[in-house]
Amino acid sequence: MAAQGIQGGRKSNKMTALVADDNMVNRAIHHRLLDNLGIESEAVGNGKEAVDIHCSGKNFDLILMDMDMPIMNGIEATRKLREMGIRSMIAGVSTRSVEHEIREFIEAGLDDYQEKPLTMSKLISIIHKIKG
Amino acid sequence: MLGLAADRLRADMNRLLAFLFHQGILDEQFLQLQQLQDESSPNFVSEVVNIYFHESEKLLRSLRSLLMDREFSDYNKMGIHLNQFMGSSSSIGANRIRNVCVAFRAASEQNNRAGCLRALELLEHEYCFLKNKLHELFQIQQQRVLAAGVRYPMQNI
Repeated sequence: MAAQGIQGGRKSNKMTALVADDNMVNRAIHHRLLDNLGIESEAVGNGKEAVDIHCSGKNFDLILMDMDMPIMNGIEATRKLREMGIRSMIAGVSTRSVEHEIREFIEAGLDDYQEKPLTMSKLISIIHKIKG
Repeated sequence: MLGLAADRLRADMNRLLAFLFHQGILDEQFLQLQQLQDESSPNFVSEVVNIYFHESEKLLRSLRSLLMDREFSDYNKMGIHLNQFMGSSSSIGANRIRNVCVAFRAASEQNNRAGCLRALELLEHEYCFLKNKLHELFQIQQQRVLAAGVRYPMQNI
């Protein structure tokens, strides 16, 4: 699994997260989950936007990456981010339960994978991996 | 009198929630949403559910439009819509709708147009039922808030 994220260049000591999900309901819920844990978050609607936001110079402690997204899916986006040298914690989240699909997602460079729906306890277990 | 009205509203709300859980219309994920609601975000559940309603209606229109097309053959596109619908339904705890989506997706994967049409009708029915029940729930909750405000007017000073 990949190493921890970079925290430089930000004035706040708050953890930051990027939610990459094409589903508005999930973006709202994931934002709220993160907010309750004191984590600042931004959201994008597909894998290409997730890559582009990193190209613009932003980085995050945590990326919650959906698998199925238009334009660029979570597997491609994860692979691309790792190729770019992004070492942030990337947690894949998906409704998929087929083993080979999940394996392909993990092998793209995930640090963790959680089946949707994302709950507070699942998110806390992801956060512990960052701090651990 | 006001205390009795508040108690009655609370009982109505609990009865409705018990019904929705008992019938498998909602699952524990809905409770997870309720736990995310607090003073800093007092309308979180209704806000998320309203996003769900808005997105779901777009998806239902797209699904119906696909199936009503005589030349329809893009089951892959249908699968994408269904994945979206399944995902958001799971996220708000709309268990029965999610299960119908699973059956719908199975018919879609078999290119079974008649099966898809049947599943769509069931999905539309389940969605309408859920929407009505959740509107009812939010109305009761709103009445409880108003009753609490009337009962304790001094708290607003």
